[in-house]
Amino acid sequence: MKKILILSGKGGTGKTTLSSALIRLLDAKAYADCDVDAPNLHLVMEEENEPLKSDFLGLPAAYIDPAKCISCDLCRQNCRFDAITNINGYIVNDHACEGCKVCTLVCPSDAIEMVPRVIGHLSLYKNGHVFSTAELKMGSGNSGLLVTEVKKHLYVNSKNADIAIIDGSPGIGCPVIASISGVDLVILVSEPTISGFSDMERIIKTSEGFPAKVAVCVNKFDLHLENTEKIISYCSENGIPFVGTIPFDKDASSLINQGKTLADKDGPARDSIIKIMERSMKILNEGDN
Amino acid sequence: MDTNLKIAVLSGKGGTGKTLVASNLAKIANRAVYLDCDVEEPNGHLFLKGPVLEAFDVDLPMPEVNLDLCDYCRKCVDFCAFNALALISGRVKVFDKICHSCGGCKVICPQNAIEEYNKNIGKIERRHYDNVDVYTGILNPGEESGTSIIKKMMTTIPSGYETAIIDSPPGSACIVMDSIEDADYCVLVAEPTTFGAHNLRMVHELTKVFNKPCGAVLNKTNGEEDPSRIYCMDNNVPILLDIPWRKDISDYIAEGSLVVEKDKELSESFAALLERISQEVQNEKNTYTQR
Repeated sequence: MKKILILSGKGGTGKTTLSSALIRLLDAKAYADCDVDAPNLHLVMEEENEPLKSDFLGLPAAYIDPAKCISCDLCRQNCRFDAITNINGYIVNDHACEGCKVCTLVCPSDAIEMVPRVIGHLSLYKNGHVFSTAELKMGSGNSGLLVTEVKKHLYVNSKNADIAIIDGSPGIGCPVIASISGVDLVILVSEPTISGFSDMERIIKTSEGFPAKVAVCVNKFDLHLENTEKIISYCSENGIPFVGTIPFDKDASSLINQGKTLADKDGPARDSIIKIMERSMKILNEGDN
Repeated sequence: MDTNLKIAVLSGKGGTGKTLVASNLAKIANRAVYLDCDVEEPNGHLFLKGPVLEAFDVDLPMPEVNLDLCDYCRKCVDFCAFNALALISGRVKVFDKICHSCGGCKVICPQNAIEEYNKNIGKIERRHYDNVDVYTGILNPGEESGTSIIKKMMTTIPSGYETAIIDSPPGSACIVMDSIEDADYCVLVAEPTTFGAHNLRMVHELTKVFNKPCGAVLNKTNGEEDPSRIYCMDNNVPILLDIPWRKDISDYIAEGSLVVEKDKELSESFAALLERISQEVQNEKNTYTQR
């Protein structure tokens, strides 16, 4: 199975819009949403059946038993995440606790235990295709681990699919790094703004350590032609394949609000995505014999 | 951070206009400090421009095993909750990319074989633009988490400003919480789409967890049915400002200009927005002291 990941450096550039259109156009039987902080793909890919849901457990969090605590303060002093406070007794801030267990190590009175915690939910849709997605409970860490689970769910359940489309997470941090690992091609969606350019440079740097091929496209390119040109020249100077542009489509929001993809409406946006798809597939298959 | 009014600008997702709202609010305030906590993709300094006046490195302690002292007892490897240590061909190897710097391996090592060195993971830059001191947190590409950069920004910024504007990271994960913990008010920026409303709900839930007063700025509105506006009305989130989608606004942003410097009407709207937030925080504080 070939795996294509859509990334952007930043949310809101059209990652999900492009992913959903590519899923439609390629009739992909396997896809996933790795933006576990703010998943949106399920809002466009309408599913007939309810998903199979499962809990995602993070690392257990510390709990201090007030009956055993002797207020020696060692746990608070040794916690590097400022997760322990002393306000009328020692308590652990669940959101800040990273589950490292150092407090249990330093506690002389055995007052601290690690308790399991659910930090998110995985959803798996199976409707002739497989769609894996998840949602992290707000304020939880470990999104990289959850991303890895989303991908594992997808791969295990779609062994016969030829191609998988993975809607990536924004940023350059751990969820993105977890998204990139193991994919064949990364399509970066940029936008013709000064911010879009800066974000693109950073995500290209981030992906450098990975064997995946990288290609760039620009969404809403006609909103600022000069910046679009700048992105195209950057790509050619740096030997990064540029796979196309998508025009600004003022109907895009209302299509998405109706749960449709840009591939569901004839027009310039659909045509341009088809071109991006063709060029991307060519890059994906280069070097295969 | 001792400042009169601390406003965090949030969005469930990047690209909704967080930096637009945050940078323009900072410009409209009198003596402001702008803290770009979107350390993965900081963009505020592209609008609040200026040369870097100062830069501070942000380092994290990383374990280093003294192989002369290590007797390969494996205690550190077994203890590490993040699997950042491994015993490979009879040697303890540290994978610093996944190390959380908790210090546990150092505490548990019976041979005192683990020392810590500082590893640079990013930096904080200071610039000055007009009335605004601009602090930008920057995570080095390839590093996993910028939480420590945000913590450092929130704790080391000098005081004495009238207004602090915190441009939060996108999403609602742990990294966002570090940026709003200290805020008096949260501005939620949302787009008029189903995605926008979905993300708005997530970040609104987050402000409820922290019990912070909040209001919404609806960006790129186009007069059509707006799921984010409906969410606000259904959930009693006051709508503080509407920023319409307009080609000229989109051009200013694409070029890296502040809209309050380009458009008189928007300049007045942002001034009114700041005034309203300031009022709401004052009311909140008064209610609190009366209790």
